[in-house]
Amino acid sequence: MNKDTLKNITSKRLFLPVVCLLAVLLANVIKTPDFFKITLENGVLSGYIIIVINRASELVILAIGMTLVTAASGGQDISVGAVMAVAAAVCCQILSGGEVSVTELASPMIFAIISAILAAALCGAFNGFLVAKLGIQPMVATLILFTAGRGVAQLITKGQITYIRVDSYKTFGGYIGKCPVPTPIFLAIIVIVIVNLVLKKTALGLYIESVGINGTASRLVGLNSVLIKFLTYVICGVMAGIAGVIASSRIYSADANNIGLNLEMDAILAVALGGNVLGGGKFSLMGSVIGAYTIQALTTTLYAMNVKADQLPVYKAIVVIIIVILQSPAFKKMLAKQKTKKLSGGTAVEGGK
Amino acid sequence: MEKEIVLDMKNVSKTFPGVKALQHVDFKLRKGEIHALMGENGAGKSTLIKVLTGVHDFESGEIIMSGASIINKSPQDAQSHGISTVYQEVNLCPNLSVAENLFIGREPRKFGFIDWKTMKSKATELLKDLDIDANVSDKLEECSIAKQQMIAIARAVDMKCQVLILDEPTSSLDDEEVEKLFVLMRRLKSEGVGIIFVTHFLEQVYAVCDRITVLRNGTLVGEYETAELPRVMLVAKMMGKDFDDLADIKGDHKQLDKLIPVIEAKGVGRKGSIKPFDFVANKGEVVGLTGLLGSGRSELVRAIYGADKPDSGKIFVNGKEAKINAPIDAMKLGMAYLPEDRKKDGIIADLSVRENIILALQAKKGMFHLMSRKEMEEAADKYIKMLQVKTASRETPIKSLSGGNQQKVIIGRWLLTNPEYLILDEPTRGIDIGTKTEIQKLVLDLADKGMSVTFISSEVEEMLRTCSRMGVMRDGKKVGELTGDDLSQEGVMKAIAGGDENE
Amino acid sequence: MEMGIFKSNTVTTEKRKFNSNTFLLMITILLFLAMYISGMIIFKDNGFAKPQMFLDLLISNAGLLVIAVGQTIVMITGGIDISVGSVTALVCMAIANQIENHGASAYMAVVIALGIGLLYGIVQGFLISYLEIQPFIVSLAGLFFGRGLTSMISTDMISIKNDIFISWATFSIDLPIGSYSKRGKFIPAHIYPTVIIALAIVIIVALVMKYSKFGREVYAIGGNAQSAMMMGLNVRKTKFKAYILNGFLAGCGGFLFCLNSCSGFVEQAKGLEMDAISASVIGGTLLSGGVGTPFGTIFGVLIKGTISSLITTQGSLSSWWVRIVLSALLCFFIVLQAIFTGIKKKK
Repeated sequence: MNKDTLKNITSKRLFLPVVCLLAVLLANVIKTPDFFKITLENGVLSGYIIIVINRASELVILAIGMTLVTAASGGQDISVGAVMAVAAAVCCQILSGGEVSVTELASPMIFAIISAILAAALCGAFNGFLVAKLGIQPMVATLILFTAGRGVAQLITKGQITYIRVDSYKTFGGYIGKCPVPTPIFLAIIVIVIVNLVLKKTALGLYIESVGINGTASRLVGLNSVLIKFLTYVICGVMAGIAGVIASSRIYSADANNIGLNLEMDAILAVALGGNVLGGGKFSLMGSVIGAYTIQALTTTLYAMNVKADQLPVYKAIVVIIIVILQSPAFKKMLAKQKTKKLSGGTAVEGGK
Repeated sequence: MEKEIVLDMKNVSKTFPGVKALQHVDFKLRKGEIHALMGENGAGKSTLIKVLTGVHDFESGEIIMSGASIINKSPQDAQSHGISTVYQEVNLCPNLSVAENLFIGREPRKFGFIDWKTMKSKATELLKDLDIDANVSDKLEECSIAKQQMIAIARAVDMKCQVLILDEPTSSLDDEEVEKLFVLMRRLKSEGVGIIFVTHFLEQVYAVCDRITVLRNGTLVGEYETAELPRVMLVAKMMGKDFDDLADIKGDHKQLDKLIPVIEAKGVGRKGSIKPFDFVANKGEVVGLTGLLGSGRSELVRAIYGADKPDSGKIFVNGKEAKINAPIDAMKLGMAYLPEDRKKDGIIADLSVRENIILALQAKKGMFHLMSRKEMEEAADKYIKMLQVKTASRETPIKSLSGGNQQKVIIGRWLLTNPEYLILDEPTRGIDIGTKTEIQKLVLDLADKGMSVTFISSEVEEMLRTCSRMGVMRDGKKVGELTGDDLSQEGVMKAIAGGDENE
Repeated sequence: MEMGIFKSNTVTTEKRKFNSNTFLLMITILLFLAMYISGMIIFKDNGFAKPQMFLDLLISNAGLLVIAVGQTIVMITGGIDISVGSVTALVCMAIANQIENHGASAYMAVVIALGIGLLYGIVQGFLISYLEIQPFIVSLAGLFFGRGLTSMISTDMISIKNDIFISWATFSIDLPIGSYSKRGKFIPAHIYPTVIIALAIVIIVALVMKYSKFGREVYAIGGNAQSAMMMGLNVRKTKFKAYILNGFLAGCGGFLFCLNSCSGFVEQAKGLEMDAISASVIGGTLLSGGVGTPFGTIFGVLIKGTISSLITTQGSLSSWWVRIVLSALLCFFIVLQAIFTGIKKKK
C-alpha cells in the first residue's frame, strides 16, 4: 500500500467512526472472548453483541436527530433526554387513563403513541422557535426544556411511576410474537431507513448542509434558513419521542426521573464520534449511527470492567473533551506553532554554538 | 511652504498568496494635513492601512515616524508609536459608558481601584475640549453612530496620536453628521495632527482634504494637491485611464428594435441604504450600473431582488406588480442575482461544485422535488463545460477552486435556473483577464438570446463594452442615466464625479 | 465655536437614559416585590409575613447566591458554565467523605472545596479561552464528569457528624428584629454564618466588577471582544481569569451548600446550574454578554427562593413546579432579551 491510498482511506468521512468502533469491539473481544457469540435462549437471541445492538437503539435514533440539528444550527439540542421522558409520560398516561398501574389499556395504543410523538414534536418546535426565529444559542434555548422537561413529565404522571402491565405494550421494547430479534433493533433500522430515504428523496439534506455552512448565501439562492433550522429541531423532537416510547416500553412504565437520563451527552458524543463537526455544516448520518453503536459498545465494555452506571459519564466526558480538542482549530494552530518554535529554537541553539 | 513630514512610508511591498497587494508604494503625511487615500476595490488602500497599523507585516520597505524607522507588530504597537485608527465599524464597547470607552486599559486609579470620579471629570474635560457634546456616564450604545465616531476619535486623540487614520468613517452618517465630523477633523488638523482619510465619497474629499494619494492595483498612481486635481481627473486616475487618451469603445452587440420592459421599479427605496429610485430593465438589453464603491449600485439591485427588502415603491415584472418578500419570490419571477461578495454571499464553501451549481434550481423547485443524481450531474457537467470551469471533478468542494472558477460556478448556478433577468454584481472582480473577457462575451450572448441583464462593475471599460445603457449612482442615489453618445469613458467619469468639473 | 457641535441632540440623550437593560432589571425587582407581597397576603397565617421568612430565603439560598454570582461573571464575558451543580455535588461529597471516612478536619473541608472549584475553573477556563472550544460543550462535559466522579466516591449518602463542622453550620446569629408569638413573646429572627459569608462574597465581587481593571475588562470583552482586543486588552487572559474566578466561587458556593445540608450524595444540587443561570438571566444578565451585575443576580436568586417558598408553603403542588415555573420565567426573560436586542439592532 502506498502513501496516497493510505491518505485516501484516512481522509474518508467514515474513517474515524469505523476505526473507533473496531477499536472498541477489539477491546471487547479481548476482554470477553465470546463477545460475538450469539445463542438462542428461550426462543430469543442472546449474547453480548445482541445486547449492544439492542440497547443502542434509542441512542441511534437520538443521534440521527442530533446530527441534523447540529448540521443546520451549529449547536446541540440538550433537551432530548428530557423530551424522551415527556413522550413516555404522555404515552403511559393515555394508556393507563390516569391510573398508577393497569393491566388493560385505557385507550388504543396507536392513539397513545401518536400523541406521545406529537408532544415530543411540540417540544422540538418550541426549541426550534427559540433557536431559528429568535436567534437564541441552541444550547441555551434547549437548556430550558433540559431542566423543565422532567418536571413536565412528572406533572403528566402526577409524580408517580405509571405502569402499563400489558403485553402488547411491551412489544416495542421486547419482542414481536415469536421473533427472536428484539424489536428496538427493527425500530432503529426503520428510523435509519426512513430518515435516509427522506434525505435521499427530498432536498432536505442539501438544504440543511447549505444553511449550516453559509446562511446568508443560502438565503440568496432562495432557501428559507429559519424554516429549515426550525424543521431540524422538530425532527429532533420526533426522534426523541420515538426513543422515549421505546425506552418506556422496555420497562413498561413512565419513569420521569430516569428515562433518557444522560442520553443527551451520549447523543452529542455519537455525533462527534461520527466525524461530524459540532460547529455545523456537512454531516454524515451513518457516521453518527456508527458513533452511537460505538458508544453503546463502549458502555458495555465499561460495565464489563465493573464500572457502575453512575460513573460512566466520567469516561464519556473525557472522550468528548478529547474529540473537541482534536477538532479545535485553535489547538491545531497551537501545535503548528509549537513545531515551528521547536525548529526555530533548534536553530537558535545552533547559532549559539 | 513644505510642512514637516510626520509619517513617511517608503517603497512598501506586500504579497498575499497569489496577489501582489502592494508594490513599492510610497506615502507621505505631513503635520496638520488631511490626506485622502483613494482607490477602487483591490487598489490596496486597506492593505496599506493594515501594514501601517501592524495588522499585517510587510516584505520590503520602511516606515519612518518623526525621523525614526519603526516596525509595528500589532495595533497596540502602532498606538504606542502615535498612530491611531478609527474604523467605519466603531471599535468601542457598546455596553460601557462613554467615559470608560475613552479610558479603558488606562483607567485612572487610586489605591489600585478605578477612580471613577477622576475618570468622569477627565472624560468630560476631554469631550468639552473637542466640542463633543456627549454625557460621559451614558452608555455608548445610547449615542448616535456619529457621536460614537467622535468618541473613538477623542480616545485616539487623547492617546497622543500624531497620525489619525479614519477608515471610511462617514459611510453610515447623514449629511449633517458628516459636517460635524469635518468640524472636528479641521480642529485636529489645526492642532497639528496628521489625518489619513479613507473614503469613497468624492464630495467629502474635496470638502476637507488638502492632498490626495491615489492607489490602483497595489501600485501608487500619484500624490496630488486637492486644489490642483479636478474631479474628473481623480476618477480617471482611480479607474486607470489617463484623461487624455480615453478612447470611445462602443458595445458591439445587436441593436434592439423594440423595448419590452421585463423589470420596472418605481420609487423603490430602503432607508439607510438607497434613496427611492426608478429603474427599467428591458428584454435583450444589458444595463450597467456605474458609480464608485458604496455609491448604492449593489444596494439598488439588492432592493429589486429582495435581498434587502425595500420599504417603499413598487416593482413590476413583465408589467404585473410583484410582491417580493425574499429572494425566493424574485427567483420564482425569473430573477437571478450574482452577489458582489463571492465568499460571503455566493459560494457554499464545503459543498461540491455540483451541489453549488444545482442549489438555486433545487431551491426553486422546492424541497420535495429533488433533482435526480443524473439530472444534477448533467446540469453540472453542462455548465462546467460551457463555462470551462477548471476543477478536478464535479465533486470537488468549491472552496478548493480558484476565485475565477468559483465565480463561473456561481454564474452556472444562475444560468441553470434559466432566468429572464440576470443581475451580475462585480462578476469579474479578482479574476484573470482571460476569464474576464469570457464573462463579458457570455453576457452579450445571453442578451442576444433575449435575457435582460444588469451588469455592475468597477471597470468602466468593461461596462462600455457590454452595456447599451447605464444608470449612474452617487452617494446612495441614482442620479441619472447615460445612453448613446454619452456612453464613453469621458461621459461616464463626468457623471460619476458629479459637481462642478473645475472644483 | 461656542456651541457644542451636538447641542441639538442633548434632549433626546437625557430621555433615552432609561434604557432596556435598566428596564429588564426593573421588571425583575417589581416581580420579586409582587411575588413576595402577594405571598405575605395569601400565606399570612403560614408565617410568610414574618421577617424570618425573608431571612430563610437567604439561609437556604446562600450557596446558590455565590454560585450564581460566579455564573453572572462568565455570562458577562458571553460564556456559560453548566457544570456548577455537579461541582457543588462533588464538593459536598468530597468533604463528607474526607471528614467521615478519612478523618479530615473541618478546616481541611474549606481547602477541599476551594481546591476543587479552582481546579475546575482552571481546566475549563483553559479549554474555553485558549483552545476556543464552545463553553457549553466544555461545561457539559464538566457536568457529567463531576456527577460521575461524585458517584465514584460513594453512591450512598454520607452525613457529616464532625463537631466543628456542625458547630459552624448551626451557629445561629440572632438579629434585633423579629416577631412576636401568640403570647406576645419576642422571638428574634436569626441567620447563619453562611448568609454573612455569601453576602460578603457578593459585595466583594460587586466591588471587583465595578472598581478593578479586571472587572471592567470582563464587561469590555463581553460587549465586543474584537473591539476590546483593538483597544489593547488581553481577551484570552481576561476570559481565563473569569472562568477561574467562577470556579473558585463555585467551590465557595459548594462549601456553603455543604454547611447547609451537612451531607453529600450523588443527586445533590441537581439542576443547580439551571438555578444559577436563571438567577443571572432574571437578574438582568444578557445571554449575549456584556451586561449584568451581582446586584441584579441577588434579585434573581431571591425570586427563585420565593417561588420555591410559595410552592412549598402552598403544600399541595409538587416540588417539580418550582423548576417548571423557574424555567418558564427564564424562557420569558430570554425571549424578552431577544426582542430587545432585535429592536436595538434595527435602530
